[in-house]
Amino acid sequence: MRDPFGLPWLLPAEADFRARLKALRTAGPFDAAGLRALVQTALDATQLEQASRVVTAHADDLAGAGLRPLRLAIVATHTAKGIAYALPAAGLRHGLLLSVELADYGQAAQQLLDPASSLAQSRPDTILLALDAQALGLARPYLDAAEAEALVRRALEYVAALREGGRSHAGAPVIVQTLAVPVESLFGSFDGQLAGSVRWLVETFNTRLRASIAGSGDLLLDTAFLAATVGLAQWHDARLWHDAKLPFALDAVPLYVDRLCTLLAAFRGLARKCLVLDLDNTLWGGIIGDDGIDGILLGQGSGTGEAHLAVQAFALDLRARGVVLAVCSKNEDAAARLPFTGHSEMLLREEHIAVFIANWTDKAQNLRAIAATLNIGTDALVFLDDNPAERAQVRRELPEVAVPEAGSDPADFVRILGQAGYFEAVSFGEEDRGRAAMYSANAERAAVLGKVSNLDDYHASLEMVCTIAPFDDAGRARVAQLANKSNQFNLTTRRYTEADIAAIAADPARFAVQVRLADRFGDNGMISVVIFARRAAEWRCETWLMSCRVLGRRVEEAVLAHVARAARAAGATRLIGEYIPSPKNAMVREHFGKLGFTRIADRNDGGSVWALDLTNYVAPTLPMILD
Amino acid sequence: MDRQEIAGIVTEIMCDVFDLDELDYADDLSADAIEEWDSLSHIRFIVAVEKRFGFRFSSAEIEGFSEVGDLVDSIAAHIA
Repeated sequence: MRDPFGLPWLLPAEADFRARLKALRTAGPFDAAGLRALVQTALDATQLEQASRVVTAHADDLAGAGLRPLRLAIVATHTAKGIAYALPAAGLRHGLLLSVELADYGQAAQQLLDPASSLAQSRPDTILLALDAQALGLARPYLDAAEAEALVRRALEYVAALREGGRSHAGAPVIVQTLAVPVESLFGSFDGQLAGSVRWLVETFNTRLRASIAGSGDLLLDTAFLAATVGLAQWHDARLWHDAKLPFALDAVPLYVDRLCTLLAAFRGLARKCLVLDLDNTLWGGIIGDDGIDGILLGQGSGTGEAHLAVQAFALDLRARGVVLAVCSKNEDAAARLPFTGHSEMLLREEHIAVFIANWTDKAQNLRAIAATLNIGTDALVFLDDNPAERAQVRRELPEVAVPEAGSDPADFVRILGQAGYFEAVSFGEEDRGRAAMYSANAERAAVLGKVSNLDDYHASLEMVCTIAPFDDAGRARVAQLANKSNQFNLTTRRYTEADIAAIAADPARFAVQVRLADRFGDNGMISVVIFARRAAEWRCETWLMSCRVLGRRVEEAVLAHVARAARAAGATRLIGEYIPSPKNAMVREHFGKLGFTRIADRNDGGSVWALDLTNYVAPTLPMILD
Repeated sequence: MDRQEIAGIVTEIMCDVFDLDELDYADDLSADAIEEWDSLSHIRFIVAVEKRFGFRFSSAEIEGFSEVGDLVDSIAAHIA
């Protein structure tokens, strides 16, 4: 098995890394794509730091390359420079443009509890709290059950106070971390049973810390799990701790910062959405076109067959948590589908696959088609293929697609895919549970669209029910998720945290709604969020976003009718809308115009301002039930 | 491996870790002469040397290095 420290899902670093980096640093016009390709390899701590310097020096050039900026503050009770210096390059790997602020060593309480601290003043987007067992008083045993309990409670109260400080003074969610269990035992296996042993203290702290995250808006980096993954004795280097207060081995830095960036990317809505699977020698052993249904290896009787079955089981598990599955195979369509219908061991069935493409076209082109059919970006795809030539072609044509370096042994596929963290999430709700089914239903809707002769008939055939409601607690996580993920149908691209959404819901000067849409193929869930600032005479649109999977369903007209009715009832006479251009939202440039607004001003950035006179506005008749 | 070969390898590692285009080796090179040589890159330097030569220094040995020549002597003793 390949060493997790080496980020085995990535290609190895280039042998001439320093020369390439130097070329990027000194060449004429800055090559953002070249730098992004370079950080897609498994860089070590030194290489990450060197690449990070280039990232930071060219932050302005990279800002225009569609990256998501994020200001991260780090508050640590140990040396965190090595982490801070490596992060910008790791962030770039995940589509983030990080600026990292490292608080002075050991200043956790001062920085987080004082509203006037430099950290609070710097208004970070999120704060990494890097505490260690020593600082929390959990590094020495205390073999008295009552006192042990009190030690853990005090440690958690201290962390809670720091989290509260981060939230109230800096206005940012805090990333907390579990503690790596120490390698050393006092008794042996008995440590885990004895209240007050260090192992018990750390494990009890970890369990309770994990339980304290849900609903808080804070995030958890499960460092204890990460350490266990590589092995505790590999993770912690006693000499580096004593010499330099490094919390873990130098070799752990690339893995640690990559996991942290995966979490930050998920927080920013950049996690991947769809797993695209090759068939031959990926989902089963052998080539269906040559070996036939009885010749392929799948399941019982063969280690290779079991390994391929495990890939299918993992894909199904991912689907159950909301990851959309697609197939992209070089095959005759009929042959490719044969195992799905005719092989008794197959776990994956055609109904699990939202888009199924088997042809002889190159895979990059097929991946574009899959993304287009699902209405997602190619940067939301993960492509699993055993064939290095196919992987190379996709990496070259579509560098934004995640292509795990799966190797050729199917026994490695699941672990590589799981370790890479492509589908990291910070919450899991009803929306996620049903998402994969919704995408499959979308494909059916597209099929219906092919059969009806005009759009009105199509809309009528869908039997849509649209529910428009104020923000509520149950929907908050999904509203925040939508606000962070929606790029295309998003008029202003303002991002909100869960805490922001709660504040807006409670603000009497705001009118904010969440919109759901169901039809005869299934519930699309919450698909639109609209926020207006209400003033006496006019209401001004701050945010209007919608999931692209319900494009062309006239939902936006239903939303406008809802807002217009509320604004009129409150005595307003005008609605004001604003379009702020981003690299991804050109599709809504004319959004307000299509809804009957008049353009009243242009913005310097190419955007526009629009107004709708409510005295003349007439709500349209819509092909849906408004609930 | 003689002392000169060891010094050559250490020089390569220093170029990598401290991001230098070239470096003339001298026994009395120290952190004072190289801008990128701070406490953190020092640790990376030591760990890179350990990896390359396949052994570990003790904390006491590391604390005893004041210039590169000391390190090269120590490597020579370790791999002898």
